[in-house]
Amino acid sequence: MVRLFVVFAIACLGAIGTAHAQTGPIQAVLQDNRADIERASRRTVQPVLDAIIATGGERVPLFLERWRDRVVYQRDADGLFFLVEDEDADPMRLIDIDTGAIVGDVPEDEMSRLRPNSGVRGVIATALVQFQLSDPDPLRRAAGLTAIERDPEASHLTALRASIDGEADPALLARKTRLERLLTATFGADEAARVTAIESFAGDIAVDVRATLNPLLSTRMRAAETLPEDANIARVLEPGDDIAVDTAYDMLVDADLAPALVDDDARDAALIANIDNDTVAGSAVATLNTNAARDAAYAALAEAGTVPPAVTPDERAAAVADHVFFETYKEPSQAVTDAARQTLGAIESRVGAYRVVDLGLDGLSLASIYFLAAIGLAITFGVMGVINMAHGEFIMIGAYTGFVVQQLVPNYTASIAIALPLAFAIAFLAGVALERLVIRHLMHRPLETLLATFGISIALQQLAKNIFGTQARPLTAPGWLNGSWVINDVAAISYIRIAIFILAVIFFVLLWFILNRTRLGLEVRAVTQNSRMAASMGINPDRVNMLTFGLGSGIAGIAGVAIGLYAQVTSELGASYIVQSFMTVVVGGVGNIWGTLAGAGMIGSLQKIIEWFNPANTLAAQTYMIIFIIIFIQFRPKGIFALKGRAAGD
Amino acid sequence: MIGRTFLLRHPSVMVFIALLALFTVGATVLSEGFGIGLISTSFVKTLGKTLCLCLIAIAMDLVWGYCGILSLGHFAFFGLGGYMIGMWLMYERTKSIVVEQLDAAPLPPTPEEVREAIGSQIFGVVGGSDIPAIWMFADSLIIQLALVVLVPGLLALVFGWLAFRSRVTGVYLSILTQAMTLALSLYLFQNDSGLRGNNGLSGLQNIPGAERISQDIVSIWFLWASALALGAGYLFAAWMVSGKFGNVVRGIRDDEARVRFLGYNVEAYKLVVFTVTAVIAGIAGALYYPQAGIINPAEIAPIASIYLAVWVAIGGRGRLYGAVIGAALVSLVSTWFTSGQAPDIPLGFYTIEWVDWWLVLLGFGFVLVTLFAPQGLGGLVDALVRNRQTVAVPPAAAVKPVEKASEAT
Repeated sequence: MVRLFVVFAIACLGAIGTAHAQTGPIQAVLQDNRADIERASRRTVQPVLDAIIATGGERVPLFLERWRDRVVYQRDADGLFFLVEDEDADPMRLIDIDTGAIVGDVPEDEMSRLRPNSGVRGVIATALVQFQLSDPDPLRRAAGLTAIERDPEASHLTALRASIDGEADPALLARKTRLERLLTATFGADEAARVTAIESFAGDIAVDVRATLNPLLSTRMRAAETLPEDANIARVLEPGDDIAVDTAYDMLVDADLAPALVDDDARDAALIANIDNDTVAGSAVATLNTNAARDAAYAALAEAGTVPPAVTPDERAAAVADHVFFETYKEPSQAVTDAARQTLGAIESRVGAYRVVDLGLDGLSLASIYFLAAIGLAITFGVMGVINMAHGEFIMIGAYTGFVVQQLVPNYTASIAIALPLAFAIAFLAGVALERLVIRHLMHRPLETLLATFGISIALQQLAKNIFGTQARPLTAPGWLNGSWVINDVAAISYIRIAIFILAVIFFVLLWFILNRTRLGLEVRAVTQNSRMAASMGINPDRVNMLTFGLGSGIAGIAGVAIGLYAQVTSELGASYIVQSFMTVVVGGVGNIWGTLAGAGMIGSLQKIIEWFNPANTLAAQTYMIIFIIIFIQFRPKGIFALKGRAAGD
Repeated sequence: MIGRTFLLRHPSVMVFIALLALFTVGATVLSEGFGIGLISTSFVKTLGKTLCLCLIAIAMDLVWGYCGILSLGHFAFFGLGGYMIGMWLMYERTKSIVVEQLDAAPLPPTPEEVREAIGSQIFGVVGGSDIPAIWMFADSLIIQLALVVLVPGLLALVFGWLAFRSRVTGVYLSILTQAMTLALSLYLFQNDSGLRGNNGLSGLQNIPGAERISQDIVSIWFLWASALALGAGYLFAAWMVSGKFGNVVRGIRDDEARVRFLGYNVEAYKLVVFTVTAVIAGIAGALYYPQAGIINPAEIAPIASIYLAVWVAIGGRGRLYGAVIGAALVSLVSTWFTSGQAPDIPLGFYTIEWVDWWLVLLGFGFVLVTLFAPQGLGGLVDALVRNRQTVAVPPAAAVKPVEKASEAT
């Protein structure tokens, strides 16, 4: 009875067509709003949806879902709407929307399909949410919550509250109560309840909380003769200090509190309109080639009453001085804005702390990459006094090794496990070959070594380009390295970066062990300190040089695989890290893995800090960092860990 | 300041100047602008650009071959010189276009309108219309010409002073100069650097006030200007390395500590050489880019400076003509290979396309030159001259050329 009454009421309100007594309530609403349904638009569909939901039929959600999914059909003969059993069948078996009964079979070409556009489907989906919240299927309830989280509306609040009581799943219940508090903070009717909801989020740094609270504090700039009593004022703006006088006057003009300025365009337009026989108000057009002359001509026009007089700067200043300028909250309740401001303030300071943690993690991961990329360079530079410009190309060789292995071994975990030692071996061999064939013959000519290795570098880079092409090759990380370790909404670090960090730690420990606890390490340190003396002690510097060069190159190969995992593999991969690697070595000091560690840590964290201050501009970050390093060299020319008895560049 | 005796004592300088004059006149006679039109205008421009590259190679030879500082930053000074002259060229050219457009308006343009129109013309591409402060003097050719010298000179002076006073030498210094170059190019790549970010400056081949003169003729002007600058630069460099100053500088290259113990202010000598060569590089750049027509930050990238070192090394360090030979030969051959003019070599199973393989050839070829001909191509010239001398002069005097060869290592 009630239902019939509602239908009747809606039919009267709609005042379109006749009430279809013989059809079900949903069909009746549909028929009454036929035009709006056939050509549904985002703006007009809402009242129709409200009416459909108001029928309260059990099959309303089903119909809405079908409508959203574009599987509702209209019979061309009488304009009635139907669901169908199988949309691919011909003839189609029609199902009554209200009862679910089978109506009959109709050939497909006598039916038209409803095709709501994506805007309309969005509106339908929002309306569907309230049904989803109480759906027996927990997955659908979760989907409903997600939909609300994405696009919260005041209308959701009632449905959400109603669904909390019956919620059995504890996880969903927690989500629902949290969402209820978020919605209450924004849409709640009762001020006290809103304040309580807002204050309940103290210390919660989740993104959704900030996304909810920030709009509550959004403000609008206004101008008035006196401060209004009723407005929720955020702050009073002082012209000249808080806002520019020009802006203040523009606000007055917008609020119709002052006459509009005659700007240059308007002035020129007025002058052009009043050109008479090549003169404007007595002055020749050709003389109007300065702003002062044009102002004078305009003043003459105003004098004659042809145009409205220009506002003088004095008048402008007086007008601004006569008015107050202030920001008001869009939210009228002061209790709510106060609570939001306080809660948000506390949240922001915690967010700041976690940002620092996040920055630290970023810096650490960048530092590990620089460490891996630079340590090989540091060892060879320390032992042989040779800068290997082709070092970046050894990184590239490692990355391409990883790529090739992945083409041959489809299992990503296995391929990485194979690629790491293989990249080391190949880069080791390439390094030994370079040392034997080129560098050994250029001993004691460090500048020529630099250039010769540069020759190798451009040749290898071009070779890689010729073999693998210029496009970037992917090196896919195994599945268990995807994703991030999320501490909270602010601080997170991807597993790949953690893996690279661990790799860097392993190599640091390994190198430390080799250099300090093995015979080879002893020889390397001896040659680093004084090659000739070491030779006279029975050490073969030739062999040491070869092995250290191979070792340094091999580590570069490993670094290549690691870098390739998160960056694309191109022939320029190594070249883009080479300068940072040089900087790491120069800053850290030569021939000392602690120095490289300190250099990498300093450069990595410094780069992240500069990027943090200027996030939009990573180019600027690199520029400033290089300038910083050049200045740093002034104070510690031998790096952080200087080796005694060697000047920079010896 | 360069007397007749200087030229008489250095006949190679006269030979070089004569060859350069012959080349320039020959190119003019063969050109489209003034001659019989055998070589195209774009090739005349390539020749003019090559002369500028030879000039910066001389600067590089002074600083590296004679003073032992392997600077990987001289192309940055070259680019800065180009930017400085480019600012004037672009500003004045845009101004003449803008004024022409504004003349059609009913009111004669005010200076503010002209400035704003120029600003939006030049900087619209990087999303701005304000003319940055560094363009303050862009309307004055005299000041921008002064800046061509001053900006690279000052940068080199400050950087060199910082680097040399902290006794950074050898490969460390090379890496630092490379860092400076990288920092500069990264800075210029930004859109808010005031120099149009990675768009760079363009349309530089149009000389303001000479719009009606065809490029055929302008290209010859620049060829002569470049030849003149190269000749003057060669003369100046030869004079600089010939006297006592040159001896001290060479001494610094061979053993810096000994020269310091002899009481010379090594840092000051190095700073002078570094700064003067930076100025020469700036002048070379200012002549190069109006012929190239466009300059962007990629030109300043560190790799360009390394190529410069490669040219000088291939040509032969420590001898000025070596630098010229290296720069001219490698840059022209490089153009020939990379522009696809070199014939591809079909091997049956694979065709060697030089566009792809030229860099491989250059890279490995360069390594071979470093290993087996450390004196470069200039060393071959020396060897020829020495052979003639050993025949002509008595054995006692033949020791001298050997010394000369060893000091260049």
